[in-house]
Amino acid sequence: MKKLTLPGIALVATGLASHALADGHAKELTIAIVNNGHMINMQKVAEAYTEETGVALNWVSLEEGVLREQVTSDTATGGGQYDVINIGMQEAPIWGAAGWIEPLAFGADYDMDDMLPAIRNGLSHDGTLYAAPFYGESSMVMYRKDLTDAAGVSISDNDSWDNIRAAAEAIHNPDEVYGVCLRGKPGWGDNMAFITTVVNSFGGAWFDADFRPQLDSEEWKAAINFYVDLLGTYGPPGSEGNSFNEILALYNEGKCGMWIDATIAASFLDVDGVAYAQSPNAGNPVGANWLWAWAMAVPSGTDNADEAKAFIEWATSKAYVQAVANHPEFGWGSVPTGTRASTYEFSEFKDVAGFADAELAAIGSAAPEATDLKPYVGVQFAAIPEFPQVGSAVAQEMAAALSGAKSVDEALADAQSAADAIMSEAGYY
Amino acid sequence: MAIVAQETKFARIFWPVLAWIVALIFFFPIFWLVLTSFKTDADAVKPEYLIMFQPTLENYLNMTENYDYWRFALNSVITSVFATVFTLFVGVPCAYAMAFNPSRHTKDVLMWMLSTKMLPAAAVLYPMTFLTKNFLGIFDTHFLIILVLSLINLPIVIWMLFTYFKEIPKEIIEAGKMDGVSTWGEIRDILLPLAWGGVASTALLCFIFCWNEAYWTVRLTTTEAATLSKLIEGNRAPEGLFFGRLSAVSTAAVGPIIVLGWFCQKQLVQGLTFGAVK
Repeated sequence: MKKLTLPGIALVATGLASHALADGHAKELTIAIVNNGHMINMQKVAEAYTEETGVALNWVSLEEGVLREQVTSDTATGGGQYDVINIGMQEAPIWGAAGWIEPLAFGADYDMDDMLPAIRNGLSHDGTLYAAPFYGESSMVMYRKDLTDAAGVSISDNDSWDNIRAAAEAIHNPDEVYGVCLRGKPGWGDNMAFITTVVNSFGGAWFDADFRPQLDSEEWKAAINFYVDLLGTYGPPGSEGNSFNEILALYNEGKCGMWIDATIAASFLDVDGVAYAQSPNAGNPVGANWLWAWAMAVPSGTDNADEAKAFIEWATSKAYVQAVANHPEFGWGSVPTGTRASTYEFSEFKDVAGFADAELAAIGSAAPEATDLKPYVGVQFAAIPEFPQVGSAVAQEMAAALSGAKSVDEALADAQSAADAIMSEAGYY
Repeated sequence: MAIVAQETKFARIFWPVLAWIVALIFFFPIFWLVLTSFKTDADAVKPEYLIMFQPTLENYLNMTENYDYWRFALNSVITSVFATVFTLFVGVPCAYAMAFNPSRHTKDVLMWMLSTKMLPAAAVLYPMTFLTKNFLGIFDTHFLIILVLSLINLPIVIWMLFTYFKEIPKEIIEAGKMDGVSTWGEIRDILLPLAWGGVASTALLCFIFCWNEAYWTVRLTTTEAATLSKLIEGNRAPEGLFFGRLSAVSTAAVGPIIVLGWFCQKQLVQGLTFGAVK
């Protein structure tokens, strides 16, 4: 009989130990989350869930790209690494259709009808919910009413872009405040989220019905020329490096007269005189405001699917909203918003969230469904696997146009060429 | 003679000044990282708070209260120490054999070992995940991370040790052999004392590589064996980079290795310049 070598013994011992550990911790969930404030708060609120149910929760915070990579490699090797994962609205319908995540169905107490329809539809495929929303957002105008009043201009819901430009011009005083702050940092979830809503409002779209890129269309040219002119003339210098965090800092410093961005930003604003308006458009209001949600899903292959679904049911329920509101470290100002209609009915929430009505209206009017103009699902993205790659390539070109490194026409031509190569290689045509 | 004296005077001023400039350029990112770690996320992106700002420990408190820094740090220490020890345990005899008892294939073997470093890690991600999770059942264990870090660094360690050992006259080893010293005795009593600087610097570099490794330590762990690399990775938020928070985590991650390097710099320089001037 062959003798076992030292490494062999170590290997077997470790394997046995791992097995023993796995059996000993049957009521344990491993949850992969993206790093945002609501998810970090959940780790503390969920201590009560562990006390109540006895289910231990292991939290793994991951960068979005790494999380996608880990979930896909885990799924490809049979699953089991994570029991619950955070995913966004771009992935949920695609992964659901691919069978990578399990369909979700909850008890009557969950009150599925309370979930905001736009969010629910965006996380479903063929009418089946694949991810339960943890928080949702749209986009809207957040402007300094004290400045617009002083300048004698006004901004209304679904205003025209021309009026937005006029308002930016009126309040622009570069020594003290910039007329408008908008995302310029390249990234499919950064500058392209905002730019896509502008393009939509000009009647443009990413792809035609055959998924051929449409970046050389007149609508894209008009939209990008407007964006570059507006931000280049009345925006802060170096806007091609600004995204959510940078603009939030500028805004709270009193340097931005107007900001069009995620509704969630309103809960972080710390200046007086802020008012809200629904997103502007250039004649086409459909798709002028985006729609996004971070949601929780159960990857196929987990051995703890029932426990995972039970946890998600709790973490996205009305009771969870109450638990955050009643938590000594948080309160109504910290509850996750944009998912349930009932949240907006609490007077305590409305007292601390002056943006609540505007946010609810923005989410309610967001239109992710495919239309004749935009033959794909998604507002600020297209729900196809190739979109992050296409969006990232185009984002670089748009940042180049904004910085002046390329003309708008050059940037759009190069963007069209890059997008065309990706889509062609992916086999769409 | 006057010209020579003038050159010497010029060199006396020029080279130290150049050395300081280069040192400051290398040090600046570390300085900036530490400085930013004491700013709030909002202050970190404000141009007027580049140097003068109200310092805060908020980011460090957040790191320890919300992210369990010490668990990640302990895993980094365990995996890096054991991987370094194991790598040297295997690497020293290998380098000894190749340096003092070379065969005609020694150079080919050395080149082959180095060539394994050229394999893109992503190419074997799927088989590694499958083997370690489904077949061996060692996914997310210290044992796996120690093994992977050892195997990744073994080629470099053997190459470095081989280079240092080659500088030691073969006759000294042979003299020991003639006196009846065993192979282990040759390594322990003759080779290691003579090549101590080289071995120490190799160990230190290996430890640094293990500590900084971020591809496999992020992808082959979930919770049990996750190291500081995974903690940094997890602090990249979907809303963008929160520079204050990220800088605090990065400072806490690189801090121990910088302190270690500072205390061991004599050995490090000695090892890196070993045999450079004959």
